Amino acid sequence: MAAAFLDRSHSIAGPGFSRWLVPPAALCIHLCIGEAYAFSVFTKPMSQALGVTAPAPGDWSVPDLGWIFSLAIVFLGLSAAFCGRWVERVGPRMAMFTAALLFSGGLVIAGAGVAVHQLWLVYLGYGAVGGCGLGIGYISPVSTLIKWFPDRPGLATGTAIMGFGGGALIGAPLAVNLMKHYAGPTSTGVAPTMVTMGLIYLVFMLVGAFIVRVPAPDWKPAGYVAPTVAQKLVTTQNVLVGQAVKTPQFWLLWAVLFLNVSAGIGVLGQASLMIQEMFGVAAAAAAGFVGLLSIFNMGGRIFWASTSDYLGRKPTYVIFFALGAVLYALVPTFGHIHSIVLFVLAYGIILSMYGGGFATIPAYLRDLFGTVNVGAIHGVLLTAWSAAGIVGPVLVNYIREYQITHGVAKADAYSVTMYIMAVLLVVGFVCNILVRRLDERHYVKNLQEATQ
Amino acid sequence: MSTQPASDSGTSAKLVLAWLFVGIPLAWGVWVTLQNAVKLFQ
Repeated sequence: MAAAFLDRSHSIAGPGFSRWLVPPAALCIHLCIGEAYAFSVFTKPMSQALGVTAPAPGDWSVPDLGWIFSLAIVFLGLSAAFCGRWVERVGPRMAMFTAALLFSGGLVIAGAGVAVHQLWLVYLGYGAVGGCGLGIGYISPVSTLIKWFPDRPGLATGTAIMGFGGGALIGAPLAVNLMKHYAGPTSTGVAPTMVTMGLIYLVFMLVGAFIVRVPAPDWKPAGYVAPTVAQKLVTTQNVLVGQAVKTPQFWLLWAVLFLNVSAGIGVLGQASLMIQEMFGVAAAAAAGFVGLLSIFNMGGRIFWASTSDYLGRKPTYVIFFALGAVLYALVPTFGHIHSIVLFVLAYGIILSMYGGGFATIPAYLRDLFGTVNVGAIHGVLLTAWSAAGIVGPVLVNYIREYQITHGVAKADAYSVTMYIMAVLLVVGFVCNILVRRLDERHYVKNLQEATQ
Repeated sequence: MSTQPASDSGTSAKLVLAWLFVGIPLAWGVWVTLQNAVKLFQ
């Protein structure tokens, strides 16, 4: 009975259902799983779990703890890639329900791992189990939103993916307040905080699974006339995921996402240290800078994705890469003239385009490959995120260390990094320019037969 | 004819509740973050 409720056929919207209920359903998922971006708030207290006030012998090292987030991002990419077809088949409600169990269960397992001081259990819980919840949760509403909003796919997916950016804004203060509440003379409060957050997120995500509906097969928005002729890059036909990954267009978009994310994620991880070393601001103010970047990251997702509905996806990415490269190249100058306002503004715009890149890509995929397998194709494309999650920070850290060991002052060590990031974006610009319409031979001839 | 307004108001109520459910935590998160961000310019 309960399993039937989760089935795609039981989640078809009836007459009178408003499609504007679907974005909040998607936000219920993305606002929760976006907590992953705030995982660093646990790093310090977890590194002194035994010593409580300071690290003690047997406490976990910061590099060992760093693997938790990396594992989660790797499992996000893998689960999104391998579960995409399953998500398309079972529908958003079952996918959201599964994501809720995995993500919340991962937090509870990780909390248990902290309580018994077993790091492998934290890796398994937050990294592997929670990471699978992240991947399935991330892709679960995307295809449904595109089907509900054929007239504004960028706005629809941008709203959901904005939630992933906003999740850190909720998750970080929630975790900090809960740790304060649970902390005592013998505990940092991390374990009960993780369990509590797991339970809160479970409820929140299940509400999303309860609200979400898929449109009836013949449904379309009032007044909407589906285009019958392809326009520039936008197709009226469909490509299945197995065929899509054989096209150069798919791999060009993979490179586009990889380069955009690599350039942003590496710097995001260094933002606090960077502003402290370049401008000499205090740690508390640097944390404010990181928070401000999170707001730009979140806002950029809805702004750029919905703007792409009017500009087109390709021109939107042209702006990301061209403007991004110019701003990265200017950042060292803003540092040298000690203009903190221009520095913050430049990074804000860069991070808005980093978020915008995530949020616009599903609509770009829909334009090129059609709606039928867009969720599954998006899932495979997210492996670019996993790869960038490893390459971006490694690249930034390596370049910085290399500079410092060769006698460059700490405040100046970021200049070369910024120029290399600008070059990455120039390469991304070229990849985006090379995206062309798909050849007719890739399109499905008999859709019903192909999807059975 | 008389059932239509009731149906519309029911849908509107659901919409308001659903958006508040996600909007309030998000607004709280943005507010807390902005409060911290102010320290950057002080």
